[in-house]
Amino acid sequence: MASYRTPLGRARGLGSAGSGVGHFIGQRLSAAALIFLGAWALWSAIVVARGDYAAAVAWLRSPIDLGLATLFTVAAFYHMQVGMRVIVEDYFPQQGRRTLLLIASLFVCWGGAALSILCLMKVAFGGGGAF
Amino acid sequence: MAEAAPTLRGRPLSPHLQVWRWHVTLAASILHRLTGMALYGGALILAGWAVALASGPGPYGGYMRILGSAPGKIALFALTVALLFHMANGVRHLVWDSGKGFELKTADATAVIALIFGVAGAMVVWLIAAAAGAL
Repeated sequence: MASYRTPLGRARGLGSAGSGVGHFIGQRLSAAALIFLGAWALWSAIVVARGDYAAAVAWLRSPIDLGLATLFTVAAFYHMQVGMRVIVEDYFPQQGRRTLLLIASLFVCWGGAALSILCLMKVAFGGGGAF
Repeated sequence: MAEAAPTLRGRPLSPHLQVWRWHVTLAASILHRLTGMALYGGALILAGWAVALASGPGPYGGYMRILGSAPGKIALFALTVALLFHMANGVRHLVWDSGKGFELKTADATAVIALIFGVAGAMVVWLIAAAAGAL
């Protein structure tokens, strides 16, 4: 039977969902981290662009730069995923398209982060041979 | 809760672009989203860089040649502007989260500062890059 109650009426009195604020906090914490990591990344881009392949490999073999590059990758892709989620949820009210886009962005962000980190580790720990 | 599934038909959307009078705070808000989306692409360019580096000197050289070409440099400069503006405007958002900075004059001024920081900051970064011989 169809209900005549409004969505707001149904939701009232149930209390909080108990989850959801995690995204809010995560977005802000990753933003705070990215202020510092982003500044380091800009500086590093200049350092790497100055040199050739060997210089880039040598740069990545420094533990501090490898660690910061990994942290930057994790924070950036996490921040991207949460940010894109907000945009998709704002502009795509259609259940199907919204879900599809959210899943696609999730795949892109996890895939991009995993691929980046694996490549960084391969260069830092292994040889620079064929992929 | 034996309620029918909520119907999404005809639910109101929050009004955006077309109904607001243009203002610098509006521009900053929209640009925050646009630059965020641009940086989404920028992160994928960085992921491509990591793949190229792991693929060896040949692919790495090819990738860096593309980034160093004229269109590549223009895109990277635009991404630098986007990054610095998004950072500065992100700080505005963090300050707002603490409940401060909502006064009209303050919000206007910080929006202008964020916009200037994005453009001027990118120029400074690229001047440093040029002086360091990275271009």
